[in-house]
Amino acid sequence: MIDLLVIPLIKIVIVLTGVLITVMYMVLLERKVQAWVQVRLGPMRVGPHGVLQPIADVLKLFVKEDITPVRADKVVFTLAPIIVLVPAIIAFAVIPFGDQVSIFGKPVPLHIADLNVGLLYIVAVASIGVYGIILGGWSSNSKYPLLGGLRASAQLISYEVAVTLTFVSVILASGSLSMVDIVTAQKANGVWFAFVQPLALFIYFVGALAETNRSPFDLPEAEQELVAGFHTEYSGMRFALFFLAEYANMIVVSAVATTLFFGGWLRPFPSVAFLHFLDVVPTWIWFVVKTFLVLYLFLWIRATLPRYRYDQLMRLGWKVLIPLAIANIIVTAAVKVALSD
Amino acid sequence: MGQAIAFYTIAACILGFGVLVITAKNTVHSIMFLVVNFLFVAGLYVLLGAQFLAVIQVVVYAGGIVVLYLFVVMLVNLKRPPEAHQDRRRRGRLGVTCSLVVLAELVAIAAYKYVSPAAGLPPALPMGPDNVAQVGMLLYTDYLIPFELASMLLLVAMVGAIVLARRDL
Repeated sequence: MIDLLVIPLIKIVIVLTGVLITVMYMVLLERKVQAWVQVRLGPMRVGPHGVLQPIADVLKLFVKEDITPVRADKVVFTLAPIIVLVPAIIAFAVIPFGDQVSIFGKPVPLHIADLNVGLLYIVAVASIGVYGIILGGWSSNSKYPLLGGLRASAQLISYEVAVTLTFVSVILASGSLSMVDIVTAQKANGVWFAFVQPLALFIYFVGALAETNRSPFDLPEAEQELVAGFHTEYSGMRFALFFLAEYANMIVVSAVATTLFFGGWLRPFPSVAFLHFLDVVPTWIWFVVKTFLVLYLFLWIRATLPRYRYDQLMRLGWKVLIPLAIANIIVTAAVKVALSD
Repeated sequence: MGQAIAFYTIAACILGFGVLVITAKNTVHSIMFLVVNFLFVAGLYVLLGAQFLAVIQVVVYAGGIVVLYLFVVMLVNLKRPPEAHQDRRRRGRLGVTCSLVVLAELVAIAAYKYVSPAAGLPPALPMGPDNVAQVGMLLYTDYLIPFELASMLLLVAMVGAIVLARRDL
């Protein structure tokens, strides 16, 4: 009973709370980092150095008026933010946050579920999130959201192919689709897959930027052309759900990058013996630190690079990234066969 | 017992959403019901212990193909039904023909089953923990030729689409 229900429920509550708090503070961190890059201060008023700003923002979004356009498709309009948010959150179910720990003498693995098709589960869940964006754009019954929604979904579908192909080369390197097994394979090999599969890491990261609609691929919400893209007509809490989903997706792709390429919960240099003193740090802290470094990269890139044009985006996805990813799979498979003989 | 309840619940949902797909007035709503329908089919696979197939069902059908349907529906104006459907008598004849064909098929299946009862299904494969390896093994040994033929079919479809879209080749 305890193993079947209570422990997973506690884990789900902890992960959900952690994700929501991280999202709140990612928004603040994003504003702060942008401000520092542009030699500004960023939010400073609410709390010391603006640390209470997220709470003020959430309160504001709660009390804001919730407007539904008169000619909108009401049911779909209400469902769309939910369809975007739920997949973003349930993807955390298969992410391993740390090694097994023992609490009161009871071994507890630090993941909610270890599916033997864990990586594919993330792909499947991400592919459902696209519907929320298209339907949100369509149901608003307005020009800019429709264009933004179509752009977003075309972009997501294109880059999903490249990202999924990089997963294949990681699966070839690790020999398993389970997220936990992928981390233990990196431990057994004594090297992070970032060094084994640098090309896959690069393609994955570019694809992840595009899939989360982040700069330099933030065309779906290019404010100069489309006002705010697919969520132009949304306000108040419904807009907040879209916003939440966007940042939750960023955390998911960063956590997946950490698990697949940066050794998950493993300490740096997992096979170097004289660094054993690093083992005093709990494994989940390594995981959180690595994920935050990847997330920081997202913010850094947003502050640095200008936006792509739409035809450039499509050309990059279909004519550069996908062929590169396929070539990478062929080379990985050939090397694997050559080494196993 | 629990499995039977789960099966009949999922099966009822699949049929229910299937009916909603063809009765919905709005094409976009009908596509959404189709997505829910596919998700329940994935649930059926999970019930059978085929997690790999379940996930692939979601990735390929619910996540991939239906998104393209949605694109087509949004880009093509479907507000006015096609002309052929306005003719009452032709619609009636078409409906009657379709129902008769389905009825004949059902009768044929029932009659065949009555004449020669099914010899029983081949024994199910032992349920390994690693679905993916099992499916991969089967695809590249017993079912290699159908697998390759399917890939040829997809290639032909792809070339055909390119030829249709680009006249200046």
